[in-house]
Amino acid sequence: MISGGSDTSYRKQSVVGRRMFILSAAKLVVFGGIIAQLFSLQINQNKKYLTLSDKNRLREWKLPPIRGDFQDFFGNTIAGNLKVYQLHIIPEQVENFNNLIIRVKDILELDQKTFNKIIKKKNSQKPWETLIVSENLSWDQFVKINFYLHELSGVKPVLSVARSYPYNENYTHLLGYVAQASPNDLTKNEKIRKRHVPGLRVGKIGLERSLENDLIGMNGVQRYEVNAYGKRINQIDHVEGQKGKSIRLTVDTKIQQMCNELLKDKAGSISVMDIFTGDILAMHSSPSFDPNLFLYGISYKDWELIRNNPKKPLINRSITGLYPPGSTIKPIVALSALENNIISPNFKVNCSGKIEMYGQTYNCWKKKGHGVVNLRDALKVSCDTFFYEMSRRLGVDRLNETARKFGLGNKVFNNIFNEEKKGLVPSTEWKKNTLGKGWVLGETLITGIGQGYIQTTPLQLCLMTAQLANGGFKINPKIIVDKRNPTFEQIKSMINKNLEEKIKGPEFDDAMVDLGISTSKENNLYKPLFRNQENIKFVLEAMFASTNEVRGTSYSSRIDNKKYQFAGKTGTSQVKRITEAERELDLDISQIPYEDRDHALYVAFGPYKNPRYAMSIFIEHGGSGGSTAAPIAKKLFKVVIDRHDEREKLNKLETI
Amino acid sequence: MLYETALSGQTTFFQKLRSLDYILLFCLLILGVVSSLSMYSTEGGEILYHTKSHLIRFLVFFLMMLIFSFVNLKFWHSTSYIFYFIVLCLLIWASLYGVKASGSQRWVDLYFINLQPSELMKIAIIMCFAKFYHRTQIHLVNNFKNLIVPIVVLLVPILLVVSQPDLGTSILIGLSGLVVLWLSGVNAKYFIYSSLVLLISLPFVISFLKPYQKLRILTFFNPDRDPLGAGYQIIQSKIAVGSGGLSGKGFLKGTQSYLDFLPEKHTDFIFTLFSEEHGFIGSVLLLLLYAIIIYRTIKIGAAARSFFGKLFCYGFASSIFIFVTVNMSMVLGLLPIVGSPLPIMSYGGSSMLATMIGFSVVMSTKIYQKQIIA
Repeated sequence: MISGGSDTSYRKQSVVGRRMFILSAAKLVVFGGIIAQLFSLQINQNKKYLTLSDKNRLREWKLPPIRGDFQDFFGNTIAGNLKVYQLHIIPEQVENFNNLIIRVKDILELDQKTFNKIIKKKNSQKPWETLIVSENLSWDQFVKINFYLHELSGVKPVLSVARSYPYNENYTHLLGYVAQASPNDLTKNEKIRKRHVPGLRVGKIGLERSLENDLIGMNGVQRYEVNAYGKRINQIDHVEGQKGKSIRLTVDTKIQQMCNELLKDKAGSISVMDIFTGDILAMHSSPSFDPNLFLYGISYKDWELIRNNPKKPLINRSITGLYPPGSTIKPIVALSALENNIISPNFKVNCSGKIEMYGQTYNCWKKKGHGVVNLRDALKVSCDTFFYEMSRRLGVDRLNETARKFGLGNKVFNNIFNEEKKGLVPSTEWKKNTLGKGWVLGETLITGIGQGYIQTTPLQLCLMTAQLANGGFKINPKIIVDKRNPTFEQIKSMINKNLEEKIKGPEFDDAMVDLGISTSKENNLYKPLFRNQENIKFVLEAMFASTNEVRGTSYSSRIDNKKYQFAGKTGTSQVKRITEAERELDLDISQIPYEDRDHALYVAFGPYKNPRYAMSIFIEHGGSGGSTAAPIAKKLFKVVIDRHDEREKLNKLETI
Repeated sequence: MLYETALSGQTTFFQKLRSLDYILLFCLLILGVVSSLSMYSTEGGEILYHTKSHLIRFLVFFLMMLIFSFVNLKFWHSTSYIFYFIVLCLLIWASLYGVKASGSQRWVDLYFINLQPSELMKIAIIMCFAKFYHRTQIHLVNNFKNLIVPIVVLLVPILLVVSQPDLGTSILIGLSGLVVLWLSGVNAKYFIYSSLVLLISLPFVISFLKPYQKLRILTFFNPDRDPLGAGYQIIQSKIAVGSGGLSGKGFLKGTQSYLDFLPEKHTDFIFTLFSEEHGFIGSVLLLLLYAIIIYRTIKIGAAARSFFGKLFCYGFASSIFIFVTVNMSMVLGLLPIVGSPLPIMSYGGSSMLATMIGFSVVMSTKIYQKQIIA
């Protein structure tokens, strides 16, 4: 076949040429379109896609924040962090989990129960979440695991930190304890939510809980480059976390330990306070328990032991235990009567062992009676009859005012402890509002000896005693050391200044002394709580007599050495009404069932010549204050006063 | 001997050597180097299987192309139909006894190589049509017989490839064939009519598509529909390209690629990797390289005296253009994802072989540009 004539050939060529031209033009347009798309993606939207690409490849791992320490006044760590060896497995990254975990079980010699727990935990979480096989490997286990590590791919021995309480049960109620954050913790506290990592321990109670936001610390962050399957390729960045704030407390471990010792096998509480600075030197509630038990999840057996203990170790008696103060309230009743000019110090009552009033018999604790007693004697021997008569004249509302001024019926701390209780100081208005009934005069009488509606915490009694012992000035109880707080010397001079003003200016209005309810509490700090300081002095002197004079209720617990000499007031509070028949029996304490025994209380301050410390001792169902509580004060005062020099030394060092 | 006599007295071997298009060869070599380096990058900066075999294939096929360039254009003309039939037979063979991989049956096991005949068909159809229209007089192009035969010749391989199933390649074969039909002077109204018919029948065609193909089309219109499933490829590809910026993340530093976020990075998405590492500038330069190759091919066609050579060069240049633009548009999110390799850049022996055969014919056209084929 011959190719077409030159004419058709020419036409063919021109058609193909023309069409190629059209096609080429179209090609240019399409190439232009592709370049435009490239420009749009790479130049215009570069930032957006760069971010997306980084989001693809970078993953952050939050490291657990390191919790701040607690230190006592002398800098001893009372809650710290221990280095622990943990064993982690990420089930997703393990080829055959079942084989591996059995191998790990053999190496660590885990018992079947622990093993089942691990399996259960594994099934409850997502496969890419870290499974913590052991929170606390022993050194032997750690070495063994590392020895076999090459055949245990996917197993990671990790160095971690765990909370530790080196003084075990000594600080349990004060510090509280930490445990795994619960869903509730996460919803309630934003900081916990933000810094949470699996296994994070947070404060559950006590200071650990209330100071959580300071203690928690900042997470460290590890940034890794990961591939499309989520596998870490290399570490890009490591941001060190920040340890939480370390908090120094005013407590003295030596005294705290002494308190623990003194309350051994008893249910009760001891609080010791600086009467000027308000520093809590010790605050212990007994029985206690070891908070370290809660760290890795308490075992059922241990938990049952704590929970079922009839002496209720979980209760922090110092601030949440509410008890009738008994005779320890008497100094306040006496002060109130004097301040309101109800009686003079010479007022006398004849005590015959009981008094008939409003058709009822009110008994004195001493059946034979005290005979004729004046106010000083009444405090010294704790004569109930005298106080019935005096309270009757005083009235409950005036008593209420004085008691509240000195710290009863209000929280001692400003919300440092969530669980702290306010207690109750009754008044006619209170009864009408809450019980809807009118006040009965008889109730005034029993309130006057610290029974009936009145309820106080042991720490409130300590504050009350401190504010009497310092000459009647309002102080600021505190447990956390803060350099901004005034020193002892500054407080002393403030008190002296305020006292001068009070003496000089008779126009100083009584109403200016706040009851502690209003927010202007700060303004009244170190201001006098009295009208006439002589009344305070009288009460303190009577308390001295009660401890250091023959026939005083705590005479047998006195210390004659002036350095340690203290003054105090005993209290024995009834837990139930004693029938006439029981009174006749006059049972010995050992013959009464434990729950029916009286509470023993004692409040004291010392050294008497130049007071500095106050304490309150409470023994639940301990019998009489004089026989059970006061002897404890005798032992404790020796330690407290001896520690004073150490404390002063450190104070001096720090103020320089 | 036959060819020598035809050329005797006109050109010596040395003259033939001199008449090769060196700019085109140079561009192809650069493309070969760039593609091998990209392959090297897909393997994270190590010379592993893909890099090695890609480089070897490129060198072997490039050398083959050079040798075949000296084959007289007449030979290509005379073997065009046979070539088409051989490839067609291979396609049927593949459909019947082919090697199955990832859900489709595309390969023929030739013992030393797994051949994908559908890739060769992209070239065979152009050669076949070039010969057909070379032999058809212009006033007969639009008569019924001369319209129906090419349509059948085009439809048979398309249907075979669709049934493999391989939608991407069948579309590219179709486009390659159509572009030659257009160039050879088939009346424009037929193109308009048939596009209208296609548009109307599109819903019916879609109903015949495999579910994964339907998904791809739906995903194209909205990649965020299923970002971890069907939309994943296109989203990750756009992220890679977009994050490249003006000058790219640097050679071997394409994070999307070496952290495996990029799918199919050796084959269809090789341009994405290149674009991520070399940015807008690199991408435009690569596009320019393809543009020069296409331009040189068109130029050779324009200078050819034989209609076969001219039509083949024009057709081949246009199909290279189509392959490049379809692939790039796809990875840039302008077209739905269909399997389509980027010529020479993508990993794949059959595609490389087909492209190099095409360039041997182009070079042969250049050397024998004055040749008139009867």
